[in-house]
Amino acid sequence: MNHVEKTVAAIKAKFPEAVEDVIGFRGETTVVVKPESILAVSRFIHDDPELNYTYLADLAGVDYYPDEPRFAISYIPYAMAANARFRLKVYLPGDDPQLDSVTGVWRNADWFEREAFDMLGIKFNNHPDLRRLLMPADWVGHPHRKDYPLGYEEVQFSFNWREVDAKKPYAKD
Amino acid sequence: MADLRELETTLDELKHLFSERAQTGETMVLNMGPQHPSTHGVLRLILELDGETVVHAIPDIGYLHTGIEKNMEAKTYLQALVMTDRLDYLNNIGNNLTYCLAIEKLMDVQVPERAQVLRVLMAELQRIASHLVWLGTHCIDLAALSILLYCFRDREHIMDIFEMVSGQRMMTSYIRPGGVWRDVPPGFEEAVKDFLDYIPAKLDDYERLLTNNPIFKQRTQDVGYVSAEAALMWGMTGPSLRGSGVNYDVRKAMPYCGYETYEFDVPLETGGDVYARYRCRMREFRESIKICRQALDRLSKTKGPVITSDRKVAPPPRSELSTSMEALIHHFKLFTEGFSPPKGEVYAATESPRGELGVYLVSGGAPKPRRVHYRCPSFANLQVLNYVAEGHLVADLVAIVGSIDIVLGDVDR
Repeated sequence: MNHVEKTVAAIKAKFPEAVEDVIGFRGETTVVVKPESILAVSRFIHDDPELNYTYLADLAGVDYYPDEPRFAISYIPYAMAANARFRLKVYLPGDDPQLDSVTGVWRNADWFEREAFDMLGIKFNNHPDLRRLLMPADWVGHPHRKDYPLGYEEVQFSFNWREVDAKKPYAKD
Repeated sequence: MADLRELETTLDELKHLFSERAQTGETMVLNMGPQHPSTHGVLRLILELDGETVVHAIPDIGYLHTGIEKNMEAKTYLQALVMTDRLDYLNNIGNNLTYCLAIEKLMDVQVPERAQVLRVLMAELQRIASHLVWLGTHCIDLAALSILLYCFRDREHIMDIFEMVSGQRMMTSYIRPGGVWRDVPPGFEEAVKDFLDYIPAKLDDYERLLTNNPIFKQRTQDVGYVSAEAALMWGMTGPSLRGSGVNYDVRKAMPYCGYETYEFDVPLETGGDVYARYRCRMREFRESIKICRQALDRLSKTKGPVITSDRKVAPPPRSELSTSMEALIHHFKLFTEGFSPPKGEVYAATESPRGELGVYLVSGGAPKPRRVHYRCPSFANLQVLNYVAEGHLVADLVAIVGSIDIVLGDVDR
């Protein structure tokens, strides 16, 4: 039994209610847990001396629009001593997505969570400093959502110069 | 007046980040950047200063945010590849490589041996080029101006090799899903060999100029100390982590492209300060040269295709198009609709010059990716700054930012 299998078994034994699914794909293991238990599961795999997932390699949000549950957050904890990593995943509803922040467990989740908040509008409760990270503070909307348009600027040629110019947002005299 | 009010609200929002002394005016809150020559791009640092001592240094990023991850979702897998070059503009090959590794993992594609060797060779050349830029800019931060010119002169040789191979100096898009774009042209092996013979003596020169230089040592030793625990807690990777004595290198921990068959060491330093990170990178140069030599040796021995023969992923050779109907169909399908990987999600990681570069790729079974997330080493490493900078002088802050080796394209994406 390798370290990841051991981890999955330990999580299942400790939180039988929380684990929704275990998926194996291309040699990667994904453990889907309930959003309300993410903090407890994270703390458990971090603090347990056997499992020892003291490092968070990645945290990313996904938008499955128009499916429901719409959002997902994927965590990749890494046990450096055992050289093992797997994916922890939570699914969140499209309406008011929020879950507990894991910054108390892995300090470096800070910016990753802020990015997910900024880009997808997922709220992380008890985050020490939940502000927008990449977009300006007064930005409206969450650009990485699937229903947020990409946005293009119309190309200005000589034949439509005035027409495009009239639509530009800068101050006219 | 309006500007002043705006400024006040901005400061209000950030109040919780500073000490209480900032409220009374005892300490001063100042902006460093985004247009500051020593922030390596458009990094804005909001500093709280007690005299010349840094109390807090809060990075404010996003000035180079390009929305590449969002844009990639609107393109086919192959079209999105050219955008990956633009993320970390000093590690273009590595960005291509990580993205292609993720696609290959997703589609379970086998890459030919020769392509693997070429990938390793190009990635290591890129590492040398990136470290040369780091060395030059880091020294300029410490007021050693001449090193920059030397480093850029040497880097130019690598850029010439890249141009020879891919037609582009920087935005190469050379590494493609299933292999590499095409085989190397005649004269490539000599060019790389010449460079590998040329560079060690130059590195000796730079080390002679810097490593035992008392001014350089004063500026870097015991500056920006990060303990191993703190480095891990803040999620640092790459030479910045290895400078604190943690032996973690993706090339060793999770080998890709056959790195496990190459003989090289992972340089470790235990100092944890700016000087240790400098030493670590200087030694990495030598290891990369070692890998390049081995790869070059293998390249002459391995012949064969440089891209997979799986026509669902890689286009057929041009010569087949006029004779084979199937080739024409595959070609047309690949460049119009693109390929559709199965539903699923993967995470692929490589060791970029700055640390662990990861790609989290989610496929919905469509020809366009559902989500591409770049786990960028600069982004992850920069978080540590506020923790390290405390108690240092502003001039040291510049040295610390330089030693973490951030690329703003990598931070903001």
